[in-house]
Amino acid sequence: MKLPVEEKARLEKLCHQFRIDLIETLHQRQTGHPGGSLSVLEILTTLYFTQMDVDPANPKKPDRDRLVLGKGHAAPALYRVLAEKGFFPVEEMATLRCLDSRLQGHPNPLDTPGVEITSGPLGIGLSAALGMALAMKLDGLDKRVYCVLGDGEINEGTIWEGLMAAVKFKADNLCAILDWNGVQLDGVTEDIMPMHNIPERFASFGWHVIQCDGHDIEALYEALETAKTVKGVPTIILAHTVKGKGVSFMEGKNAWHGKAIDDASYEQAMKELGGVL
Amino acid sequence: MAKAIRDVYGESLAKYGQLNKDVVVLDADVSGSTKSAVFGKACPDRFFNMGIAEAGMTACACGMAAAGKIPFVNTFAVFVTTLGLLPARAFGSYADIPVKMCGAYGGLSDAYDGPTHHALEDIAIMRTLPRFKVFVPCDAVQTDWVVKNAIEDPSPMYLRFSRDAFPDVYQPGETFEEGKGRIVREGKDATVIGCGIMVGNALKAAEELEKEGISLRVVDMFCIKPLDKELVARCAKETGAIISAEEHSIIGGLGGAVAEALAESGIGAPMGFVGMQDRHGECGPYSKLLEKYGLDAAAIAGKVKETIARK
Repeated sequence: MKLPVEEKARLEKLCHQFRIDLIETLHQRQTGHPGGSLSVLEILTTLYFTQMDVDPANPKKPDRDRLVLGKGHAAPALYRVLAEKGFFPVEEMATLRCLDSRLQGHPNPLDTPGVEITSGPLGIGLSAALGMALAMKLDGLDKRVYCVLGDGEINEGTIWEGLMAAVKFKADNLCAILDWNGVQLDGVTEDIMPMHNIPERFASFGWHVIQCDGHDIEALYEALETAKTVKGVPTIILAHTVKGKGVSFMEGKNAWHGKAIDDASYEQAMKELGGVL
Repeated sequence: MAKAIRDVYGESLAKYGQLNKDVVVLDADVSGSTKSAVFGKACPDRFFNMGIAEAGMTACACGMAAAGKIPFVNTFAVFVTTLGLLPARAFGSYADIPVKMCGAYGGLSDAYDGPTHHALEDIAIMRTLPRFKVFVPCDAVQTDWVVKNAIEDPSPMYLRFSRDAFPDVYQPGETFEEGKGRIVREGKDATVIGCGIMVGNALKAAEELEKEGISLRVVDMFCIKPLDKELVARCAKETGAIISAEEHSIIGGLGGAVAEALAESGIGAPMGFVGMQDRHGECGPYSKLLEKYGLDAAAIAGKVKETIARK
């Protein structure tokens, strides 16, 4: 199944706008995580705009697809995509991390329409997503659960607990996507905690493994379509991404994991992205 | 002798779980010990043995609850409240997800396995989590009610059970109310506010003290959160001395909760704490451990006299 050319172009344009908007918001708020938000944008956009059955007018409808953002610090990216879907006004992005805001530093379902479950404490999102997937199977719902993981996040032992259990319970309605940007807070992942042979590791746990370019919407679309056809085992899409994607001086730099964007960097970033200052 | 609390728990879970198709049960490879296996046998499609992976199990249960299920999470109390704490806090508490954390082998009841397996901090830990309710039943009848209530009330909860048999305090069919302690023996000189096995021990202590002319009131505070603060204040006012009694550290558990309520009441009655001192125990026969570490009827009686003397 192919993504229509016009749709691909529309989503690419949307992602570009999201990048500009995120730089704007994060500069304005002087808090929040730019690096991982920029790397996960195409993943979230492709999921919400080509795959997931969700209804902003009825966010709690039982027969819906669900997403767990394991790497909850990429909340700004999730919020921007949810706003575009119509869960809340885009203007509300300006309240990110403010007192009384519905947009908390890390996602919480009680605050933000469209957020399925809390995330931020790393490593526990995958098992929560599995729980949703198993509950949906019990209810006979033919819907899917997506879990977006960070590559630093998979340092957590609980991830591997979830991987084992998902295979045991044949959760083929669960699809994980690894935002494989190679950089975590303190440095590059291979220095902080070498996770040699990531594809082999997931495969050896019994998951169906697909690899793709995590900034190529068409490739993500095809990977997600393929994942839907895999029966009996869960699928993980290893999405090769770039931390800080789209802003030259942020790309691949751990320093931009959670740093506030200063005025000079903001101006440079907006110039590169063609945004309006 | 009454039935072991864990057996009652397993049977009640199977009994009520069969009636409600949303009930799901998870265990971390100790279902034969926690007795969640009784449910597993009755409803195998809704029973999930997650292996020895307590954090993942709890997170998975929270995901199930987020999708409409009523999950009971089972392992030893010491593990569910430590390894399971992060998902309990992030999901159950913060997102108001109705996960039922069930701590088997509460207190010293896993006696021979020793301090690594004793749970003496669990009540203190779990009662600090916003939205969580905390229950410690004192006998078989109450254990059955606690299970039934957990299915009916969509709140995150910590339910602490024992490995052992406790003497019967209530008649079958007795019902209870969340946030309402129960006076199980009237008295006027002091009040023991206990939970779990210590309710039965306090009743024994009351009988002994009666022979010495001391009239002891005993309160079963099976619901530690929300706490029946009014009852604490009333007992302080009417009997003039309060003694907490729990199979738990004297720091932060039932005693801590009662002390908070007593201080807030402004009544100023003296209070004594019966429980594990700020230390770890050792392995040994359960009854001998309770005796050695000051958790039996004699220890309660001694603390009652000491506290009355400070009136």
